[in-house]
Amino acid sequence: MLLEVKNLSVYYYTLSGVVKGAEGISFSVREGEWITFVGESGSGKSTVAHAVMNLVPSPGRIVSGEVLFNGRNLLKLPGEELRKIRGKEMTMIFQDPMTSLDPLRTVGDQMVEAMTVHGVDEAEAKRKAKELLEGVNLPGDRFNYYPHQLSGGQRQRVSIAIAMAFRPKLLIADEPTTALDVIVQDSIMDILNGMKEEGTSIYFVTHDISLAVERSDRIAVMYAGKLVEVGTVDQIVENPLHPYTKALIEAVPDLWKEGKVRAIPGYPPDLRSPPSGCRFHPRCPYAKAGLCDTEEPDFREVERGHFVACHFPGVWRK
Amino acid sequence: MARGLGKYIVIRGLMIIPMILILYTIVFFFLRILPGNPILAVVGTKNIPPEQLKHLEHLAGLDKPLYLQYFDYLWKMLHGNLGVTLASPMGKPVSSYIALRLPATVELTIFAFTVSVLLGIATGVLGAVKKGTSVDTGMRVYSIVAYTLFIPWFGMMLQYLFGVKLHWLPTSGRINPTITSFHSITGLYVIDAIIERNWAALGSILKHLVLPSITLGTVLSGAYTRLVRNNMVDVLSQDFIRAYRARGVPERKVLWYALKNAFIPVVTLMGLQFAILLGGAVLTETTFNWPGMGTFIMDRINYRDYNSIEGAVIVFALFVGLISLTVDVIYALLDPRVEY
Amino acid sequence: MRLIDYIINPLRGRKPGRGLLLFGTSVVLTVIIMALLAPWISPYNPTQIGADIFAPPSSKHLMGTNNLGQDVFSRIIWGSRIILYVVAIATTLSIIVGVPLGLLSGYRGGKVDRTLSMIMDSIYSFPSLILAIVIAVVLGPSPVNTAIAIAFVYVPTYFRMVRGQTLSLKNQLFVEAARAIGVKDWETMRKYILPNVLPTVLVVFTLSVADAILTEAGLSFLGLSVTPPTPDWGYDLRVGQPFLLDGYWWLAFFPGIMIMLLAMGFAMIGEAINERLSLGTR
Repeated sequence: MLLEVKNLSVYYYTLSGVVKGAEGISFSVREGEWITFVGESGSGKSTVAHAVMNLVPSPGRIVSGEVLFNGRNLLKLPGEELRKIRGKEMTMIFQDPMTSLDPLRTVGDQMVEAMTVHGVDEAEAKRKAKELLEGVNLPGDRFNYYPHQLSGGQRQRVSIAIAMAFRPKLLIADEPTTALDVIVQDSIMDILNGMKEEGTSIYFVTHDISLAVERSDRIAVMYAGKLVEVGTVDQIVENPLHPYTKALIEAVPDLWKEGKVRAIPGYPPDLRSPPSGCRFHPRCPYAKAGLCDTEEPDFREVERGHFVACHFPGVWRK
Repeated sequence: MARGLGKYIVIRGLMIIPMILILYTIVFFFLRILPGNPILAVVGTKNIPPEQLKHLEHLAGLDKPLYLQYFDYLWKMLHGNLGVTLASPMGKPVSSYIALRLPATVELTIFAFTVSVLLGIATGVLGAVKKGTSVDTGMRVYSIVAYTLFIPWFGMMLQYLFGVKLHWLPTSGRINPTITSFHSITGLYVIDAIIERNWAALGSILKHLVLPSITLGTVLSGAYTRLVRNNMVDVLSQDFIRAYRARGVPERKVLWYALKNAFIPVVTLMGLQFAILLGGAVLTETTFNWPGMGTFIMDRINYRDYNSIEGAVIVFALFVGLISLTVDVIYALLDPRVEY
Repeated sequence: MRLIDYIINPLRGRKPGRGLLLFGTSVVLTVIIMALLAPWISPYNPTQIGADIFAPPSSKHLMGTNNLGQDVFSRIIWGSRIILYVVAIATTLSIIVGVPLGLLSGYRGGKVDRTLSMIMDSIYSFPSLILAIVIAVVLGPSPVNTAIAIAFVYVPTYFRMVRGQTLSLKNQLFVEAARAIGVKDWETMRKYILPNVLPTVLVVFTLSVADAILTEAGLSFLGLSVTPPTPDWGYDLRVGQPFLLDGYWWLAFFPGIMIMLLAMGFAMIGEAINERLSLGTR
């Protein structure tokens, strides 16, 4: 197993209270697979992605859990060891291409540095950087450009090019296409797919489940700081077991052909004081008083490789 | 790019001219148009023979119509002639006095400026890195306290502590007067001492600079603390910083890049801060008996020597203008997003 | 929201900036009360020369006596009157001149705006203390003249702020609507723009009062404000300097501390209000 996350919890200590951004998260990522994390904004999907890199922004703190990457717990690793892994064996790209490159330095400087900090010599890094740019369909002369001279899509491609430098085992992509228009979105997804074919596991984060379906091997659904369902794409799309997953899929026009497009009623809860029991129960049409509002459902394997945290998985089909 | 920058500097430099003209006009208005004869003010009595008064007025150019006085002075100014002193010693070129005093102020302000920027960055970065902790609160209080420190008081307390109580540092002047081997060339003593390889003098000069520059620098550092802290917090939360970390860039380098980004808005503050610094220099010079432009103005004020005051104001305006020009050029060079 | 609410609201509940505001207001109020009650709380006549010179702080003379045997504490109490008086006049004058000019410049635009802005920017970018010194010297030493000198250099601060606000308000729907239905220009400014500018004026006021206090103290330290024997913090500090170097620290220490406390008080109020306002708009 490439990545194993066990019982991970991340809290944000804000002035207005402790926000439980993610709680009790456990999952794993296999070598060479594409796993997509889906959820509304504030569901904790980005928080978990950052925690896997041990990059939770202040005032957030990882309060418990383990992140085992190739068997080593990244949360316990000394800074220098962690640094050597980051960028080389695992790396991350971010949502907003406008802010994910240093505006004061040229694309080339940033690319070369990403390699030299891992011991590549400068000349070799320069040669490689131009090659990488071409690999993401950018002319080599972009090497000398400043980020503000590039479009959003071009910048995101630069970020990906940097990420590809060492053919990492794991790439975490936090909504990398959200800020881009559809056509550019597609080309970015293709590049990521290419990386996957060369053996990199893709950990993709998105709020758009339709984007997840096409290329993922597996889908993980998050709600209100909890992982509620994990399974293969087929399992999730054809046979969703959590009412929230079902609602998410129904909210997408094309996927659920017979049903009407339905928005999920209600709002995600305030994570400073999440609902008792199952966190989805206030919005769940199948919630049963006395159980769902008091007892938190276990996250368990219902069929092979298909996990869900619900007292009544798939209840609507019975 | 080099040509573009040259053009930018010229255009930006031309903008100093109206500023100097406006300040000259304001000062001229206050000094010449308001009632009261400066010559009488200088002499301090009305019982002066009319011929002598006429002679003095003629010497000072005060017998001409106001608009002529205005343009006369302006014309002279363009040629670097700031008129003659109106009070003892009378009739000496103002510019020669200023040439004597300006380097002292330049030296003091350069050191104070350095102190203020270094202190401001250090405290600001500390606040940002320890955001939300008591250290952050401490730095915030520091910024307000530093900003409201009254220069003469703070200077005196330093004099009392390091001069009177501990005998570590001198409390007035630029150099120990018993050092006779030192001769100033440029007026910038530090540079002169280095040119002459006069290390004893250099030691004394640097010692004399410590308290005045710390006084002025600390007071000015508060504004930077605040700005650096807020910018740094802002920059540290941006994706590119996390991206650097995700790529395995060492933390020290990451902080350096963050600082560079946080520093850009600080550069724009520097021009304005320098003006405040010059204002503060008058108080610092008075407190530490520093023979610069500030004490020059105060000396001439005692004699009601309006020509000298006018000349000093023009020189200050030019100084401020050149500094803000330099700041803008530095800004354009630092930030690739600036078009010029 | 009424103007006063901007001060009072942050005092309610535990909100960021409350500590600053509490400290600031209590310092400022204390000094104001001190100035108002000076004749009753001052233990001695502040200008009374006595034989007991350079007496260190004691129960008899809380802050000691100076080189003339005057009670420093009494001079501190009376000295609060001058500085508050000068700063109050100065600030009022700057607002009276700066705010309307800013409104006019921002609202009218064109040549008027360009000329005014250029003049104001020139004054603004010049060291304010030096300009104030020149003006104070020409006008001669008196509290009102000092106030005029200070007012002159702070006009641009209000002008710039109000002008900027007016520029952005001018294009807002409710102002355009008023102009479209034929409301006169000065009425538009008074009824539609001015009320929206006032909160900013309040922030600029609290922030620049601290500066004005330090400028006043600077002028009087340089001997350009009042004439002796009037008790005055800045001047007393100046007088105390040579004696400080002889070890009589209390002559200079207390006046300076008071100047800074008062400036700090206003700066903290300004900071807190600024924070509330910007939090509200964020």
